[in-house]
Amino acid sequence: MSEPVLSVEGLVTSFPGSGGQRLTVVDDVSFSLDEGEVLALVGESGCGKSMTAFSIMRLVPKPGHIGPGSIRLCGKDVLSLRVTEMRDVRGSDAAMIFQEPMTSLNPVQTVGSQVVEAIRLHERISVGDARRRTAELFERVGIPDPADRLDAYPHELSGGLKQRVMIAMALSLRPRLLIADEPTTALDVTIQAQILELMRELQRELGTAILLITHDLGVVNELSDRIAVMYAGRIVEEAPRKTLLSAPRHPYTQGLLRSIPSLARAGERLAEIEGVVPAASEWPAGCRFSTRCPRVEDRCRSEPPRPHVFGPDHRAFCHVAAREAGA
Amino acid sequence: MGYVVSNVAVAVLVAGAFWVARSVRRSDLWRGAAVDLWRRRPVAIVVVGIYVAIGLLDSVSWVGGGGTAAGDLVAQHKPRSVIDRLFPESFKERSYSAPFATAEFYGGQPLGNPGRHVFGTDILGRDVLRLVLKGTRIALLIGGLTSLIVIPLALFFGICAGYFGGRIDDAVFFVMSTLASIPSLLLLIALIMAMGQGPVQVCIAMGVTSWVGFCRVVRGETFKLRELDYIQAARALGVSEARIILRHVLPNLMHLVVITFVLLFSGLVLSEAILAWLGIGIDGSWGQMIDQARDELARDPIVWWNLSAASAALFGLILAVNLLGDAVRDVLDPRTLREEP
Amino acid sequence: MLAYVIRRGLYGVVTILGVLGLLYVLFFLYADPLDMAQRAVGEKAPPEVLQQWIENHGYDRPAHVQLVDHYVRMLTFDFGRSDADDAPIARRLREGAIPSLSFTLPTFALGLPLAIGLSLFVAYFRETYIDRAGVVMAVLAMSVSVLLYIIGGQFLLGKLLHWFPISGFDASPDVILRFIALPVLIGVVGGVGSDVRFYRTVFVEETNRDYVRTARAKGCGDGRIMARHVLRNAMIPILTRVVVAIPFLFTGSLLVESFFGIPGLGAMTVEAIQGNDFSTLRVMVYIGALAFVGFQILTDISYTLVDPRVRLG
Repeated sequence: MSEPVLSVEGLVTSFPGSGGQRLTVVDDVSFSLDEGEVLALVGESGCGKSMTAFSIMRLVPKPGHIGPGSIRLCGKDVLSLRVTEMRDVRGSDAAMIFQEPMTSLNPVQTVGSQVVEAIRLHERISVGDARRRTAELFERVGIPDPADRLDAYPHELSGGLKQRVMIAMALSLRPRLLIADEPTTALDVTIQAQILELMRELQRELGTAILLITHDLGVVNELSDRIAVMYAGRIVEEAPRKTLLSAPRHPYTQGLLRSIPSLARAGERLAEIEGVVPAASEWPAGCRFSTRCPRVEDRCRSEPPRPHVFGPDHRAFCHVAAREAGA
Repeated sequence: MGYVVSNVAVAVLVAGAFWVARSVRRSDLWRGAAVDLWRRRPVAIVVVGIYVAIGLLDSVSWVGGGGTAAGDLVAQHKPRSVIDRLFPESFKERSYSAPFATAEFYGGQPLGNPGRHVFGTDILGRDVLRLVLKGTRIALLIGGLTSLIVIPLALFFGICAGYFGGRIDDAVFFVMSTLASIPSLLLLIALIMAMGQGPVQVCIAMGVTSWVGFCRVVRGETFKLRELDYIQAARALGVSEARIILRHVLPNLMHLVVITFVLLFSGLVLSEAILAWLGIGIDGSWGQMIDQARDELARDPIVWWNLSAASAALFGLILAVNLLGDAVRDVLDPRTLREEP
Repeated sequence: MLAYVIRRGLYGVVTILGVLGLLYVLFFLYADPLDMAQRAVGEKAPPEVLQQWIENHGYDRPAHVQLVDHYVRMLTFDFGRSDADDAPIARRLREGAIPSLSFTLPTFALGLPLAIGLSLFVAYFRETYIDRAGVVMAVLAMSVSVLLYIIGGQFLLGKLLHWFPISGFDASPDVILRFIALPVLIGVVGGVGSDVRFYRTVFVEETNRDYVRTARAKGCGDGRIMARHVLRNAMIPILTRVVVAIPFLFTGSLLVESFFGIPGLGAMTVEAIQGNDFSTLRVMVYIGALAFVGFQILTDISYTLVDPRVRLG
């Protein structure tokens, strides 16, 4: 078994909070991604999934600090790379696309020149050749009239087209890992489906591993091989897609799945998870979900749960679930 | 009777300050902002506070009390402020003297109050420290009174233009463009020459030349606020426009008012200094002191204390207000708020 | 493009008409012809002489006649004579233009790149001590009144160190540098503080935008980001600021020229103020407004060149 494309161990990312304490937005997160695999990182807003993605690319905004922990990407120890080496990694080993295509492209540059820039930052290739490659990429991602669009400005394109440009730019150097941070959240539902379809095709064709960050379980179902659920900075459950969606063990995951409205249960009250996510400064000492868990026990409040394996590739962090499985 | 007005104004200001402090303490948002501000720039706040205290002391005056020469009926019936009373009439010399000197600067005659003039005396023998302290009130007046003109004016026109749009907006925009097209110093000069050179006229003139910038900001913000869902909902419910403006639009502009007030203040005081140089400033201001002192550097030996004291006072206030203004903007501007992790 | 320019031009004309109206109100409705005559001729002059002066300058005509005359003459650039010394204003304008420009143009040409360069530098190092020190220095620099820069500069560099002549002006090409060096230096130093603070804020705001994050994610280095991405996007607020700053060049020239004895338009304005010379002052304000409106139109046009989102509609 070759080395995983991405291997994250005990990652901690923190920010200075008011009054001198540190806010740990990513707390001891570990997961790995094999060649060509799609891992979905799922959770509510503020659970730390985006920050995890930024940490991998070392794009965490200024007062934030990445570490301790380790991130191995394509065999390189990301956190110990020099800045110039990291720049080489970004775009060619791993690429990232973001949530807001509206603002993620430079408004005063043509979309073509932005992709060309991405290519020429890593390869010695003439502008003409880079433009040709860009036109091909545009065609591959389904942008109509690709050659003409090279000279279009971002504001002249729709949201869906802009996101296709972002995908083209991200895949222009055939990275082994693509990190997609809520790629469809800002798009219309019909466009969402198209973009997901595109990503699926490209993933099969290029064999790119994808780390898909999202809060939308529907998106997860479309695209992922494995799913990791995050809550309040920690991973609470990780399993292959079918297993997680059909037999989740962690109460939070169970609550999430239950809360999806279903036509099959028409007429019933919508199920919800009671309470709200606690603020980072108010996290309980034990399991962070203990304040809202329907199955909470005393032990949960004081002792952080350890991972328990429930099946092949299926682990969850829950005292109660572990005990029920015979731990 | 001017001094009575001044005393009343001070009382009103102090009462107003207490009222504002109480409102701030009640509102979470504003209280948090105030605490944040204190944390960032305590020194600037204290310095500004000292200036304000001096200005207030100079604004409270009354007639009578001691300190004047026995037969000087004129002086006895002149209202004198707290600051004035710190410097008895007899404190004057005949002409220049250096700080802490015991003799006159030119000629060496012994002084009436040797060693007591911290910043020396000017050409008329007046104690420079006293002049500087009294200039504080003028500076605060310039910033405060003018802002009192600028802010309501800009709010009124800006909200009307932004909220009602259409022809009203066209009219306001035209007036703004016209005023803005004239370089402000020139307009200022023209206004003062037309209206006369009293302190109130100078403040009005500065107000007229300064309201356009803030008005533009208010107009832009009001445009944006008007499109907000809850305002549209209020209008759909039939809430009167006036009520919407007072209850929803205006409170959302308050942070801009505070930022603008602080940022405008230093610009206004510096402008007055330039006016003073041109001969059309307000009597007794630091700018006027600087203007009167500019020839003194050409003398031999040079007379430096007049200029230095006024410059230092001016610089001190402006620097403190500027630093405070930066901090106020950081604390209140929603765009910078977004940068917190 | 042409339609846009024409439209902006027309609006500019309407604005100028408004400005002229405002000037009329200020100078004619408030001014008392007798006052002006006395100031020009002398308070003790006999009434017939005063009356003659008033007639010569046309201040005795009915208000509406003066209004029309005001508009017509200003719009045809027929500036008439100074109230103070009867000299033709237009000629003084021509004579004063070169000295003024010889000082304001270098100040502008040097000050702008310096401010932008310093701000880029400081913004590149944002949140570090370089940035903090830079901001504090900028605030310090802008808290000092222009007057003090002039007085201080003249005193220190002129009188004490004898590096520059204290005042005077000679337009001959071989010596002109000596005379404008100090004024230009003061003009640049006086303005750099507030410019740097403003530009730095703009640059830092731009670096926090999403597209900068995308650029980083594809491997762009910080330097390239500042120079290629941030700078171009920051041009819009920068352009606005530059235009707004142009009237300040004019202001600065008022003080600098009168203090350094440069016989330019600024000095002319100061004399007009001190001599209560309304007809000259009126012309100066008008010229200032014309220049300002002209520059604003230029800026609006340049927005379309810099920002592709601003399509001419």
